[in-house]
Amino acid sequence: MADAGGVVKKFMFVNRKSPYGTIYALESLEVVLISAAFDQDVSLAFLDDGVYELTKGQSTKGVEMKNFSPTYRALEGYDIEKLYVAQESLEERGLSEDDLLVDVQVVSRAEMADLMAEQDVVLSF
Amino acid sequence: MLHTVNKSPFERNTLKSCLAHVKPGSAVLLIEDGVYAALAGTVASDMVQQAMAEVSVYALGPDLDARGVANRVIDGVKVIDYAGFVDLVIEHPSTQSWL
Amino acid sequence: MATIEVNGKSVEVDEEGYLINLGEWNEAIAERFAGDDNTQLTPNHWEVITFLREYYNDYQIAPAVRVLTKAIGKKLGPEKGNSKYLYELFPYGPAKQACRYAGLPKPTGCI
Repeated sequence: MADAGGVVKKFMFVNRKSPYGTIYALESLEVVLISAAFDQDVSLAFLDDGVYELTKGQSTKGVEMKNFSPTYRALEGYDIEKLYVAQESLEERGLSEDDLLVDVQVVSRAEMADLMAEQDVVLSF
Repeated sequence: MLHTVNKSPFERNTLKSCLAHVKPGSAVLLIEDGVYAALAGTVASDMVQQAMAEVSVYALGPDLDARGVANRVIDGVKVIDYAGFVDLVIEHPSTQSWL
Repeated sequence: MATIEVNGKSVEVDEEGYLINLGEWNEAIAERFAGDDNTQLTPNHWEVITFLREYYNDYQIAPAVRVLTKAIGKKLGPEKGNSKYLYELFPYGPAKQACRYAGLPKPTGCI
């Protein structure tokens, strides 16, 4: 529902960090949620340790941090439905699509490279 | 000596460097993102399993739980809680934190 | 940070009046926040407040107003899932005002 005449650009958020060791993953998620207000074509890429952001069964009581993994399931309601996960990154970590808490598209490294190349803006976290 | 590693083995060479410097009989405790090295079936698992022949490897349970990976730990890696962390520090005359 | 008294218990709120500790929330706090705005909470208000608390419990965020409107429409029907209905209930903005009454943080993506 872009305004008439509004320019819709393709934005990709590239997530490469595990969720709790640094603030990158949470910061990325917050920017993604804010970006949803601008009616742009937003996609998320998860590669390298970024695939750990989506693992099921996160439970942060013991480390006294906020478990923000349920928020990835809210993205659909924000009309952010393009979530790409790197096949190779899953395999290197012994993970499969079933270990992830949201529906994603698993893509090869080559496909991921193509997706990145077709963006207007890439934001890396 | 107790060595702690808090970086993911997929992102940094911290664990690799640590394991290259540990003496037999030492203890390696994986904490924070270091716990990803304690998991079976990854490209880092072999490195840890080889090290376990000479050193004791521990992983901090609350950090495994936070990341949703507590059910994937390599057999023989001992999962401990914060009290166990304190015990390890007391048991060993010195601690080196690999950052 | 400021402190307000509700039923003899003091609770902390931030500079915009949002509750600091979500766990401290109770219905009396919602009534108090509403009273400060000269708003009388009706069952229709409570329906939205309850919905927001459930949303937060599921997703760990307060929804943006557009997302809230759509989600309310899905759950409670189109006659409630529209801006007019929600702004009549919460004239200061459904996400901002209702989230505050519900004890949630200010919505992420609220611009």
